[in-house]
Amino acid sequence: MNAAGLAAWIRHAAHLVSADAEHLTRLDAAVGDGDHGLNLDRGFGAAAEAVGALSDDATPGKVVLTAGRAIVSKTGGASGPLYGTALRRAGKALGDRTEVDAAALGAALAAALEGVQELGKAAEGDKTMVDALIPAVSAYEGALAGGADLASCVRAAADGAAKGAEATVPLRARKGRASYLGERSEGHMDPGAASTALILRALADVTVEG
Amino acid sequence: MVGIVLISHSPALAEGAAELARAMGVGKAVVEPAGGDVDGGLGTSIELVEHAVARADAGDGVLLLADLGSSVLTARTFIEDAEDAGDVAVLLADAPLVEGAVAAASMAATGAGLAAVRDAAEAARDHRKLR
Repeated sequence: MNAAGLAAWIRHAAHLVSADAEHLTRLDAAVGDGDHGLNLDRGFGAAAEAVGALSDDATPGKVVLTAGRAIVSKTGGASGPLYGTALRRAGKALGDRTEVDAAALGAALAAALEGVQELGKAAEGDKTMVDALIPAVSAYEGALAGGADLASCVRAAADGAAKGAEATVPLRARKGRASYLGERSEGHMDPGAASTALILRALADVTVEG
Repeated sequence: MVGIVLISHSPALAEGAAELARAMGVGKAVVEPAGGDVDGGLGTSIELVEHAVARADAGDGVLLLADLGSSVLTARTFIEDAEDAGDVAVLLADAPLVEGAVAAASMAATGAGLAAVRDAAEAARDHRKLR
């Protein structure tokens, strides 16, 4: 996968987030402050724009880092620092390489998870985006260890994230506004886990096409 | 003197807490608000935090206090960037916003260093109201 492939991912993610913004906001309205879709739409829109303004010789790492910076400054809610940190850490992990293989992308995904956990202090089961990211990283690493190619690894990660997001429904929130609701936060999918699954599905879509 | 920046989702809350903290800092402490998003609505903005830190920085470091949720995450992200850039010493206090701001401004006005101002803000957590 090259820089153009990763730029296509950011653009496609912005498109999916925009199309799904109302749904994400509805999920957030049930347990959070009801702005997740709107915030993320603004953040990923800014990311797609920033990535589009890069010169043709930008490395894959630079593309992802640039997207992360735009998301930090333009998103607004907690998802700005969290997704921004995820992308910036992933971009740093990609380094100066011009071609990203399956192992490098896996290391970037793991770095994103580490950044999110360091910043948000969320553990597995707290009903956050971490509950989609952890199964995504383990599914990716499992596929990689089994000798799968990059596209299959990404597909495994996207499926893992989707299952992880589904599994947040019965959980009780222990982070963010939803944690003030105690047992009333149960029975709703976590909006951050849902958007994480969406963004990884965007990566799987462009990887298959590429 | 150590500068203080108050990060809140609400511009009015950040400004009001800053006004109170400045009074307790006997007019000496520099307390700058970073409230709301760039359009003046409720939210958080790393750009507003950047500007407030630049205003509060007199060369002795800047202490951040944040209200909740994304304010805290934005503060922590700002600090990570500031550490990478290495141009100004910035710490986030693990303290309640109003009590912490008043304690930090009181301590900063004495000319104490950044760690002492942070400690004063964090100790404000133990000031109970009913016992």
